[in-house]
Amino acid sequence: MRRIGIDVGGTNTDAVLIEEGKVSGAVKAPTSQDVTTGILDSLGKLAATGVLRGRDGQLKRIDGVMIGTTHFINAVVQRRSLTKVAALRLGMPASASLPPFCDWPEDLANLVRGGVWMVEGGHEYDGRPFMPLDEAAVTRAAREMKAAGLKSVGISSIFSPLDPSHERRAAELVAAVIPDATITCSSDLGRIGLLERENAGLLNAALADLARDAIAAFEQAIRESGIAAPLFITQNDGTVAEAGQARRLPVYSFASGATNSMRGAAYLSGLQDAMVIDVGGTTTDVGQLKAGFPREANSVVQVGGVRTLFRMPDLLSIGLGGGSHVVLEPLSVGPVSVGYRLLQDGIAFGGRQLTTTDVAVASGILELGDRKKVAHLDAAACKKVFAESARLAEEAIDRMKTEAGDVPLIAVGGGAFLIPQKLAGISQVIHVEHGDCANAVGAAIAQVSGECDQIFNNMTRVEAIAAAQGIANDRAVAAGADRATLHTIESEDMPLAYLPGNSVRVRVRVVGDVAAST
Amino acid sequence: MRATPTRNLAEMPLTDITLDDIESLAVGAWVLGTGGGGSPYLGLLNMRALYKQRDEKSAIKNTPELADDDWVAAVSNMGAPLVGQERLTDSRTIARAVDLMERHTRYRFRGIMSLEIGGGNSIQPLMAAAHLKRPVIDSDMMGRAYPEAQMTSVAVGDLVPFPLTTVDVRGLESVVEKVPTWKWMERVSRKICTEYGSIASTCKAPRTGAEVKKWGIHGTTTKAIAIGHAVREAQRKHDDPIAAILSVEPGKVLYKGKVIDVERRATEGFLRGRTRFDGMDEYRGAAMELNFQNEWIVAWLDGEPIAMSPDLICVLDSVSGEAVGTETIRYGQRVTVIALPPPPVFLSPKGLQHVGPRAFGYDIEFKSVFS
Repeated sequence: MRRIGIDVGGTNTDAVLIEEGKVSGAVKAPTSQDVTTGILDSLGKLAATGVLRGRDGQLKRIDGVMIGTTHFINAVVQRRSLTKVAALRLGMPASASLPPFCDWPEDLANLVRGGVWMVEGGHEYDGRPFMPLDEAAVTRAAREMKAAGLKSVGISSIFSPLDPSHERRAAELVAAVIPDATITCSSDLGRIGLLERENAGLLNAALADLARDAIAAFEQAIRESGIAAPLFITQNDGTVAEAGQARRLPVYSFASGATNSMRGAAYLSGLQDAMVIDVGGTTTDVGQLKAGFPREANSVVQVGGVRTLFRMPDLLSIGLGGGSHVVLEPLSVGPVSVGYRLLQDGIAFGGRQLTTTDVAVASGILELGDRKKVAHLDAAACKKVFAESARLAEEAIDRMKTEAGDVPLIAVGGGAFLIPQKLAGISQVIHVEHGDCANAVGAAIAQVSGECDQIFNNMTRVEAIAAAQGIANDRAVAAGADRATLHTIESEDMPLAYLPGNSVRVRVRVVGDVAAST
Repeated sequence: MRATPTRNLAEMPLTDITLDDIESLAVGAWVLGTGGGGSPYLGLLNMRALYKQRDEKSAIKNTPELADDDWVAAVSNMGAPLVGQERLTDSRTIARAVDLMERHTRYRFRGIMSLEIGGGNSIQPLMAAAHLKRPVIDSDMMGRAYPEAQMTSVAVGDLVPFPLTTVDVRGLESVVEKVPTWKWMERVSRKICTEYGSIASTCKAPRTGAEVKKWGIHGTTTKAIAIGHAVREAQRKHDDPIAAILSVEPGKVLYKGKVIDVERRATEGFLRGRTRFDGMDEYRGAAMELNFQNEWIVAWLDGEPIAMSPDLICVLDSVSGEAVGTETIRYGQRVTVIALPPPPVFLSPKGLQHVGPRAFGYDIEFKSVFS
């Protein structure tokens, strides 16, 4: 396996080459406005190190380029490059008082809402139809969408994770009227909870044009750099999707940065269960690895003010980083940071703001800038600043720990020098080589996942879990996984109160290696 | 109405409820839900929509203002919260349950009250009241959330349990005309609810003003608003939300810790199970276990029962102060467990028969945290 991992961050675009189980090249280039240039630059830098060519001078065969990007979430947060969406909900007469977009921030709703259609349809929790699908009304709605010039459609239906047939049929009917429509069915986004699932579907539909353009640009950048390898996009849960699937479901690639750095930390350290602290320029994220994957937040996640049920890592972010402002008297570190202006504003670089990096330069931990400029910082002052940083980190780690005993901690990110070798509640602090590129490493090693979240009736618990596992496996294979390598990393079952027939809701997630391209 | 600890809400006459009050109610009612009762979120969305469309306000009325021969409607949604998450909530449905009861009994209701202040049912009377243009009565029949119909103050008082109306959003309507006991009402109405798709909006047996004044648990809507207001204010100012709750309610902190295990099983249509915690801060080294049946029922500290129903056991997110439910609590969450005083009606021998630890299958003598 030989893969290139790329992380497109706010400041830097990092690229790494991983071959034969180790990092053989790692570079950083500034992120560009158009993203593509930054990727091209980083690939150019990686090529310049010579690692991409074999001894014979030929380009090595690369099995995949895995890109992690904040492109899609930034579009939603910054309200740009979004497509107008037609929302079609199948579930009348239920839910009429809470139409699609009802809990969106008004500015975002105004930007995305192309129109709302609600027709009869949907299912009950036990699979009975709630109402028959009103096909004539779906076709009428599609004609109105067409007349309004809408081409991106989000379809949702009551209990569609259980029975997606109404959504699928409605998608056929819409496609018959608008053949070039991009259609998102909420059942493709899993999870029970109509509003949150529908919101995810509508966000996905709003990203249709951007996803198409961005992924075409990524593919072009790879082609231009002369690399012949399939493109994968990393997802929120630390796995990847083939470019085709990422184009169809860009919401799954919303927030991969933090996940990638935790997965990278696991890979670089060889540990599967540990705490991870990722110290950046402005913030520090603390999370926990379980079986090599970040522990997920189980609750509602807001994206750009919209409630969704995305798979996101459970992280605690604090305002501590390599660019954090330092005040010596009275002592304080962060939360304000000079951010990407570190190399201009830090004292060691001729600026006027004292930062944690200046303190590290003064104490000889970092060789950056001009040490003479920070010579006025005495050893005692430096020690106090490091102690305060360590205290902030310790507090955050303790809040994220889920067990009482001491656990290992992996420190990664450009600001990892702030984490000392000894911390309370930690058995061992592990600093790893290439830790500053952990997120690109995490992208390079990403696997493929499949998930199932459904209600099963009249089955034993064991049968229901097996059924869910089968569905999750099929989904992982459809997303590009090698079936032989699949294993379950999460399984949760919840008997349902007030539902008859031994109803149980099962959520299973499986992962496997990327299947070799055929 | 501004629900702050500095004003005595109980002395206020018919008062407008602002949308901000309802935002607070959603937070406070979830705390009083003691782990169950379903999230008030969808009800809150409906109220936001109603306030936006109509530019009018709901009003709340104190129980002492009721005449003895007034009629009051008591409403609640019943069913599986999960079905609600898919079908959502339409504010008109609960209004139809009240309307059906008026058509059936030919009473004209002076106001609408909640059966259950804990969780999503706290907002049901506001939705019905907005559509039917009646005041909300500031009283309920549980003072918290409970899983069954006989676990109410009116059942403790042996008031007549019938009739009951149930409606669903598709237009299905049923009336339970007569049953001998509250337990029978639970059985029959639960069957109807299941056929509807495990969710139904219901109007319970109508109550006279005299009955509400004697058996209602008073001031609970304003109490929930005050709790929610305190939590939201603390969040805004980055103060300790737990301390904020304890400044408006005479509660006690039982424990602080992290969830280390959750065990759930469904039996007889209920979600039962236990959650175990590892202590933090001054509770480091102490182990807590909470048993639940939809709601938190018994709290054990190092194997000793230290709090139990009808005391309110509330599990709160230590940072946000918002309630954590038995359906959603998960491994690793950092929580504070507090107890709030129970409604006095449940402390009589008859009350404890209905909602004491033995009513939930725990052979322990009730002892209040507050005795």
